[in-house]
Amino acid sequence: MSDPTTTEKPVAPEPERPARSRAASSMQSWLPTVKDSVAAIVLALLVGAVLIMFSTPRVIESLSYFFSYPWDFFKFSGIAVFDGYSALVRGSVGSGSSLVRTIERAAPLICAGLGVTLAFRAGMFNIGAQGQMILGAVAAGYIGFHYDLPVGLHLLLALAGAIVLGGLWGGIAGFLKARTGAHEVITTIMLNYVGRFVILFFLGKETFQRPNSDNLLSPPVNDSATFPAVFGLHLGVLLAIVAALGIWWLLERSTWGFEIRAVGANPQAARTAGMSVSRVYITAMVVAGMLSGLAVSMMVLGRQDPLTDQIAGSVGFDAITVALLGRATPLGTVLAGLLFGALSAGGLTMQAAAGVPPELAQVLQALIVLFVAAPALVRGLFRLRGDGQAVGVEAKGWGG
Amino acid sequence: MGRMSVIEAPEATTPQEATVRDRADVARQVRLVVTFGLSTAILVYFALAIEDPQVTYILGERVTQEFRPKDLTTTWVSWLAIATSLVALVLAALDRYPRRGAGLALALLVGVMFYLGFLMWAYTDQAGAFQAAIANPIPGTMRIATPLVLGALAGCLCERAGVINIAIEGQFLAGAFFASVFSSIAFTSLAFIPLALVAPFGLLGGVLAGVGVAAMLGLFALRYQVNQVVLGVVLVAFASGLTSFLLGQIPGDRKATFNNPMILDEIRIPVLADIPLLGQALFEQTILVYLMFASVAFVTFLLFETRWGLRVRSVGEHPKAADTVGIKVNRVRWQAVLLGGVFAGLGGAYYTVGSTGAFDREVSAGTGFIALAAVIMGRWHPIGATFAAVFFGFMWNLQNQLSFVDKLPGELLGAAPYLATIIAVAGFVGRVRPPAADGEPYVKS
Amino acid sequence: MKLEIRGLTKRFGSFTANDAIDLTIEPGEIHCLLGENGAGKSTLMNMLYGLLDPSEGEILVDDRPVTFVTPADSIAAGIGMVHQHFMLVPVFTVAENVMLGREQTRGLGVLNRAEAAARVRELSERYGLRVDPDRLVEDLPVGVQQRVEIIKALANDAQVLILDEPTAVLTPQEIDELMQIMRELKAKGTSIIFITHKLREVKAVGDRISVIRRGKVVGTASPDTSEAELAEMMVGRSVKLTVDKDAATTGEVVLDARGVTVVDPRGHQVVKDVSFEARAGEVLGIAGVQGNGQTELIKSLLGLVRPAAGEIWLDGRNISTHGPRESLEDGIGYIPEDRAHDGYVGSFSVRENLVLDLYRSDDFSRGPALNREAIAANARSRIEEFDIRTETADSPVSSLSGGNQQKVVVAREFSRPLKVLIASQPTRGVDVGSIEFIHKRIIEERDRGTAVIIVSTELDEIFGLSDRIAVMYDGRIVGTVTPDIAREDIGLMMAGAHEPAEGGAA
Repeated sequence: MSDPTTTEKPVAPEPERPARSRAASSMQSWLPTVKDSVAAIVLALLVGAVLIMFSTPRVIESLSYFFSYPWDFFKFSGIAVFDGYSALVRGSVGSGSSLVRTIERAAPLICAGLGVTLAFRAGMFNIGAQGQMILGAVAAGYIGFHYDLPVGLHLLLALAGAIVLGGLWGGIAGFLKARTGAHEVITTIMLNYVGRFVILFFLGKETFQRPNSDNLLSPPVNDSATFPAVFGLHLGVLLAIVAALGIWWLLERSTWGFEIRAVGANPQAARTAGMSVSRVYITAMVVAGMLSGLAVSMMVLGRQDPLTDQIAGSVGFDAITVALLGRATPLGTVLAGLLFGALSAGGLTMQAAAGVPPELAQVLQALIVLFVAAPALVRGLFRLRGDGQAVGVEAKGWGG
Repeated sequence: MGRMSVIEAPEATTPQEATVRDRADVARQVRLVVTFGLSTAILVYFALAIEDPQVTYILGERVTQEFRPKDLTTTWVSWLAIATSLVALVLAALDRYPRRGAGLALALLVGVMFYLGFLMWAYTDQAGAFQAAIANPIPGTMRIATPLVLGALAGCLCERAGVINIAIEGQFLAGAFFASVFSSIAFTSLAFIPLALVAPFGLLGGVLAGVGVAAMLGLFALRYQVNQVVLGVVLVAFASGLTSFLLGQIPGDRKATFNNPMILDEIRIPVLADIPLLGQALFEQTILVYLMFASVAFVTFLLFETRWGLRVRSVGEHPKAADTVGIKVNRVRWQAVLLGGVFAGLGGAYYTVGSTGAFDREVSAGTGFIALAAVIMGRWHPIGATFAAVFFGFMWNLQNQLSFVDKLPGELLGAAPYLATIIAVAGFVGRVRPPAADGEPYVKS
Repeated sequence: MKLEIRGLTKRFGSFTANDAIDLTIEPGEIHCLLGENGAGKSTLMNMLYGLLDPSEGEILVDDRPVTFVTPADSIAAGIGMVHQHFMLVPVFTVAENVMLGREQTRGLGVLNRAEAAARVRELSERYGLRVDPDRLVEDLPVGVQQRVEIIKALANDAQVLILDEPTAVLTPQEIDELMQIMRELKAKGTSIIFITHKLREVKAVGDRISVIRRGKVVGTASPDTSEAELAEMMVGRSVKLTVDKDAATTGEVVLDARGVTVVDPRGHQVVKDVSFEARAGEVLGIAGVQGNGQTELIKSLLGLVRPAAGEIWLDGRNISTHGPRESLEDGIGYIPEDRAHDGYVGSFSVRENLVLDLYRSDDFSRGPALNREAIAANARSRIEEFDIRTETADSPVSSLSGGNQQKVVVAREFSRPLKVLIASQPTRGVDVGSIEFIHKRIIEERDRGTAVIIVSTELDEIFGLSDRIAVMYDGRIVGTVTPDIAREDIGLMMAGAHEPAEGGAA
């Protein structure tokens, strides 16, 4: 077909929304992102300060004579908040041992958070890190304390056990979503509860019972199955960095990551382009579970935590907030994991030194994520400027 | 050239719909055959495994003056169950299994008979000295189902309006905590409240807390358009952390002031309460249970028979269509979310003033998520969700009752309600159709 | 009622969608608004309907200035709108949809469905718009859904009715019916704003024609202006209304569908025993009104849905059980009808979308790793070759115009050797320049010896491209004809008539 009559180039009449090039936009969008995140953290700390104030008896008492002598209220409030938050800082980064504690707490958060991040990128919301960790713990613990094996091999086997069992448990939710469309939010939450009964079942067995203990508690793993330690810090934490790099490579540089991101962003188009959406759901959840297994192995094989039904603690749930705060990117997850590791380590000191309940850390985390997810709110409060983009995690509706 | 030339015109095609059986239909048959095959096989195993076919049962929940254990020979029950299941299996195998209502009724019947056959096996041949009796499951089911139903109603209201509510668990926790606090304070400090209203005053606290969490849901979901699945999970973490934090703030010597609520009294409805098996469970209950009954009817009527309900459903299905006829989409969504908070808060209050009293950490134990599963299983319909919630309550109660029998490991029983939820969501319901705009923030373009 | 627009302007950021538009709609006239996709017609109407706030300018009703903040204001002023994408709640009944927003109640907010149904019946009788008020909207054919939309507007006493691209989903006969309805409404005093990009229709029914281009009214014409003149006004240069192509040199049968039957998830047979052959070097057009099984048919060809019965053969091999990946690797090219839904990933860059179904090939990967240099090089050459207007290869596809988005999909599918090209609505929502370009490339692909299957609801497109035309109705192919068939006859077939009106079976 010959070009019709004129040489004028056809002009697209539709609105060309301004498309910034990525080189420019990466800088431009990072700055407000960091600014928003910092503002969100500050705002959460402010709300936390109010909670601290009103949980301090002296402050409450000073309220009863507020109008006659308001100064007491402000003084006592200031002291309570300062005591609380300075304990938080001391307990997280104030000394070598608190730094070790922060890193030891951050590492499992990062690993499990990476699992949530990965599932997120595949368009799934993995709330099952807790259950996956519990199953991983059963494997790592059993191999760790039941067998006597040569030093390196024992650790490797226990680690592999945790990763495999965690992966299987994660894979169940992926399989159910792929095959029946059961929403992963519900199945992973239910699998968390089921996981708790699984470990209770094993803890009831004699093999898992710590001698001379009346509690449902296992012995710690043998020394041959532990991570080597330097300055009191077990080297398992390095695996968190390795995992972060690995997940970054998988997501950004591999064909499999290309599929994950495509399925997560537009499953119909991915399917039309020949990708197997089911396989992506299943494999992504398996790898997410493996990361949870890796996370718990740092507790069982690193800190030598004994198995209990509370082995996963709040890490499984905190992993979600870590991934959200990290905007479902590996680097962000590492940074958010370090922050929450510090909050968690400092929370202990806060309780010991200032009498602030450790649950405050959980409230702070939830608030931080809420505020990060609603930049408009934070900007409004702090009069910050920025474009109104929301968090880049796409998962709307029930997904079918 | 002619005005047209037809290259091929198929001979008058005869409709061939009857000859082609689609895959879904075949899959349905296979599913039925497998299900009933399994149920028959398991029932046969149960029947054959019974050595001493003697059990006792009571019509009440536990042995009292009124309810004395009676003897039952299990054999005929077992075989009747097998026969029922076998009939369904044969019908399914011959592709004669009834459809729609009749099919559902038959499946229900098989389910009930399977339950009975299972009970016969579970309660015979008990090892210990204490022989547990088969007890009436309805009272326990009602107890567990009450908060589930209320939570599910909250879920229905929100999601029909297009707002995903995963935070029901958070609403439960907040509701439970503040119901306890309100009732406790009313008892110790608010003398003007008559004693009979101290516990109901706790309900007010629950409602306020439920609405409070709902307001956060509305604020972040509607005003700031935060992803609603993320938001729900974070709100649960927030409510759980906050209630635990506040609980930790109550010093030991002040527990009586802040966390020692009065519990709601049971109100007996004459005559109705005397119906055997059902009467006590349904009509000798606290005001909260009656409120639950009323709420189901109220929400159903509201959603399907009123102007407001029509608008709620329209913004959940096609917000733009609603907008083009002048309906304020976000205002309607706000209303639905807040009203949902009322029911979820009542549901939460059940865990303190409605049953055991004092608040404890995670007192609702994940039931908010099960209420959410009930919403989905009930296909976003209040009546359907109510039935689903009752089913979960039944499973949970079964687990409680069987824990007195030593036949099944306690951990398996403990996991059973959660496994049942997974199976229900994955197996029976599969891909159900949520409101079309569920979870999508509405932004005017 | 007289409606007047003065200097109405709408800006989105730096982009001006509507630029100082002046327009007057006299009482009882059919005023056509002609413009191509993206010219700004919908923006204008959304301002009239209170869905968008104007940046500048004013709207006057009977010479009094008014402001429409919400649609409720416009409705109250007597403006009704039939949207291009119907604003109907599919799971509601007709009566519920009509009453929504102005519900009849028995007091206390309890719905009075009987009264609402009676109102629908009354309107449907008065204007000759047959609908059953108690049917669910999702069960109605699109033509009937459109009648519901019109009734909805009339129920609100609309005196100015805006019809936004109303004919896109209708058969030629239904279009005639709609025009009859429009004339009847006009006779009863309703003014109509008729928005379209189809020249034939404005000439058939319009009293006055305003042409809009790139956000500006570029002129007013009377219905006796020639189509070529109108087209030139609309596009801004002279346009070829037909596709240039030589006669096809047809080769072997490449794709052979035998008795394909597809059942949808709700258990309805949507494709019923369809058989056809597509030959190398020819374009087989599949005509039909939307929703007659075309979508499901081509999905089954790619393997996106498994046919419940029947077989699909490609080059002598049975591919009935193949999934999309195998079919793509077998050499089927696929341009889906809804590109945003199935064709590209909006948040992915142009570069990534250009390899969306090729990333695993040896050209673009090394083992498990993506070959980023090759992907970038591919993007550079495709952007150049297909003249994709994008700032960089890294921009997300969602930031492109509709025409350029479609070019991304087309460029991708044309960048590997094909045996069969299946293109569904290849030019929907695309500007004229891109339409010409895409049509040209499709014909080139045909001449390279590919079997091309075009599904389109635009008869002009079908006539322009096809060498043979299969007409689908209610899941069946009711006949296969050559493009010299008369419009009315193919229209009858699209409405289910097996035999063309004048017989002439060959």
